Amino acid sequence: MPAGTPAPPFELKCTPDQTVSLSDFRGRPVVLAFYPADWSPVCSDQMSLYNELLPEFEKHNAVLFGISVDGIWCHGAFARDRKLHFPLLADFEPKGRVSHLYGAYLDKDGESGRALFVIDKKGVIRWSYISPTGVNPGAEGVLAALESLEADGGRK
Amino acid sequence: MNSDPHSPRLVLPVGVRDHTQGSAKATVSLVEYGDYECPYCGAAYPIVKEVQKRMGVKLRFVFRNFPLGNMHPHASLAAEAAEAAGAQDKFWEMHDMLYENQDALAKNDLLGYARRIQVDSPRFVAALTGHEFAERVREDFLSGVKSGVNGTPTFYINGIRHNASYELEVLMQALEAAAAPGRH
Repeated sequence: MPAGTPAPPFELKCTPDQTVSLSDFRGRPVVLAFYPADWSPVCSDQMSLYNELLPEFEKHNAVLFGISVDGIWCHGAFARDRKLHFPLLADFEPKGRVSHLYGAYLDKDGESGRALFVIDKKGVIRWSYISPTGVNPGAEGVLAALESLEADGGRK
Repeated sequence: MNSDPHSPRLVLPVGVRDHTQGSAKATVSLVEYGDYECPYCGAAYPIVKEVQKRMGVKLRFVFRNFPLGNMHPHASLAAEAAEAAGAQDKFWEMHDMLYENQDALAKNDLLGYARRIQVDSPRFVAALTGHEFAERVREDFLSGVKSGVNGTPTFYINGIRHNASYELEVLMQALEAAAAPGRH
């Protein structure tokens, strides 16, 4: 999914009775972090790291969503256990549909890959990165992308 | 252990703001980003001591804070306590105390350690209560994020992220390779 591509729209559940729609966040940068599975060790580190960086994302007025094929109840338990303060979206039914749209689905594993997207306030993908599944991609790429969005915004 | 040319680099070079052990003229620098409540960092603590012993004057060790405060509720204050002790030139005494007592890091425990290493002045208590060093800890944390720290502990050898394990022999091999002539 190259930079400059409009981000495919989606609507996914984040709790049993709430959904999140990408279009609701037009006007703010959006960070999407696709990951294979709740509870797996590498993902937990990755999500915990992003959790600590929420003040930095807020400085950029950006919202962060984690996305995996786990269901909402699993997400809820995982988020509670790890004290995550950002929404986890369930790409659960039809399974992996949104991950497919973003080219971030691993057919052989039946899971989302470890893929990061930074979407600008107009809904255009400005940066993306696919990490090997076993490797925590960290956050330096996301932060740099958010900083460059801001720099571009200032120039226009 | 060949270092990976694409491995992330330290964006904040070792400098005067850092807590260091060993000479600035050492051939190898080892920087750790760690969390006092992280069990993996606790496991790495005696390994670092051992590599310091084996490397001797060839090694300079630097510790920077990387507390995952949501997962480890005592980690941020513990990091601030080490910094507050550091303001009284006793950073390493507190650092060691914290890693040797990882299961007791509540505020009262921290004040107790401060007494043991004799930094329990009103100044220390005020620094802890007023979170005087919170910003400094956060600076460390963000410098780590920007350098590619993605969990703890993460090590950098001469400014390049060490992606292999931090088991004693693996770490020693990487440090010896970095110390070998012709590698600078």
